[in-house]
Amino acid sequence: MNWVDTIVQGTLLGGLYALFAMGLAVIYGVMRQINIAHGDFIVLGAYLSLGLIAATGLHPFLVIPLAAAVFALFGYALQRGLLNRTLGGGILAPLVVTYGLAIVIENVLQQTQSADARSIKLPGLDTASLPIGGGLAVGAFPLIMFVVAAAVALVLEIVFNRTRLGVAFRAVSDDREIASIVGMRDERLFGYASAISFAVIAIASVFMGIKFTFTPSLGPNFLLYAFEAIVIGGMGSFYGTLAGGVILGIAQAIGFAINPGWGILAGHLVFLAVLLVRPTGLFARTA
Amino acid sequence: MSALLETHALTAYYGDFQALFGIDAEVRDGECVALIGANGAGKSTFLRAIAGLGRSAPDAIVFDGTRIGAKSPPEIAALGIALVPEGRRLFASLSVEENLSTGTFNGRKGPWTTGRVYELFPVLAEKRRASPNALSGGQQQMVAIGRALMANPRLLMCDEVSLGLAPAVVKDVYAALRRACAESGVSVVIVEQDIDLACAMSQRAYCFTHGNVSLSGESGALTRDAISAAYFGV
Repeated sequence: MNWVDTIVQGTLLGGLYALFAMGLAVIYGVMRQINIAHGDFIVLGAYLSLGLIAATGLHPFLVIPLAAAVFALFGYALQRGLLNRTLGGGILAPLVVTYGLAIVIENVLQQTQSADARSIKLPGLDTASLPIGGGLAVGAFPLIMFVVAAAVALVLEIVFNRTRLGVAFRAVSDDREIASIVGMRDERLFGYASAISFAVIAIASVFMGIKFTFTPSLGPNFLLYAFEAIVIGGMGSFYGTLAGGVILGIAQAIGFAINPGWGILAGHLVFLAVLLVRPTGLFARTA
Repeated sequence: MSALLETHALTAYYGDFQALFGIDAEVRDGECVALIGANGAGKSTFLRAIAGLGRSAPDAIVFDGTRIGAKSPPEIAALGIALVPEGRRLFASLSVEENLSTGTFNGRKGPWTTGRVYELFPVLAEKRRASPNALSGGQQQMVAIGRALMANPRLLMCDEVSLGLAPAVVKDVYAALRRACAESGVSVVIVEQDIDLACAMSQRAYCFTHGNVSLSGESGALTRDAISAAYFGV
């Protein structure tokens, strides 16, 4: 096993897991709501992107902003029309409703798209790579994926910590009642947060579709990776979530290198170890 | 003087318990009204009802001629009603300055800026980047008052700002509050446990007992005995 190569590959894969996780972290961070259908929305986004690529003939990377815009509108409408109604009555209602959504999405996709494995083709960049010295090379696509993940983390950090919208997001998360009496319209803010989350989901779904082959039933796996990356990284910082994704990616890469059957398991073990030793996560900013 | 705020037979609930049984009260333009009464008498529930945190009949609360009983908290905030809530309730993940800035989310124009709040409470200027958790109780109360002033309110409601503060700090906070309100002509409602302080601060007072007004009048004219009698409902 070449350690450097394994860790580099794991780091870049971790970018994808961070993309999975950041959308979930936005929703949890603002609404304290867990979207169980998060992974299924990633799968749905991949099918949507396939459709958009087929319809427009655009390069997959050019479809990303289009898919993100469509998903942002969809996320806003879903939050205002459905998910806001589940808030305020304890944690059970949002869990049950999003779990129901997960089942609906998976089955509708099975019905309409079949259970055949699909993937998004990446013309030109599939096999391109950059030498990084020492006889090693990194794939251009995984590198782009990681850079995009880091950029998304940076943008989210700026939005949450340097803008008026971010002040409102954190305030409504801290104390919804007081946020409302200073004049913040929480239902609208939740809609915005959901729009941001779904834009990130759309970005993640295109990279997922290129990196993996996917079927309608993969959603729960992606939810699990997202959840693990958040727990490893800790709440309250998108850089922490990025680091959590990277640690998960490296753990899986090392596991795969030791034995092809152990990759996923190694990721779960690192997650459990963090949960045991530091339940608030390695880079938590808020409790 | 015309009434800025009137309540008509206002009822309200604290959880499943009825906390207010038909309150008729008014706050006039530019005056300071004190609410006194024992714990659980309904003073905080009254302030919360006016801020929109509770379901009231539309015409049970009238603010500047507008029936606001059924309006949402953000709508009421936009009309110029601000609350300094019991226990301060600062936003823990926001810095002091960000906490102050949340007061502006009601969209009202007016004289208050973070700069003016720092003039009023100079100690906050040094702590502007700090977390509210790193402040003393008195400083936290200053942030809570500053946040409410930043809303450029016409009616400022203060719920037990003296709670848990050293007496000297209480004096400073009330002096600043009095100055700020006099300058900007805002009407004030204070809930205060210290009856002497409450009467000294206010022009008129209402004494709440078991969700009813048991006594009301000019603060200077209320005698100790009358207040004691009203306080305990004897």
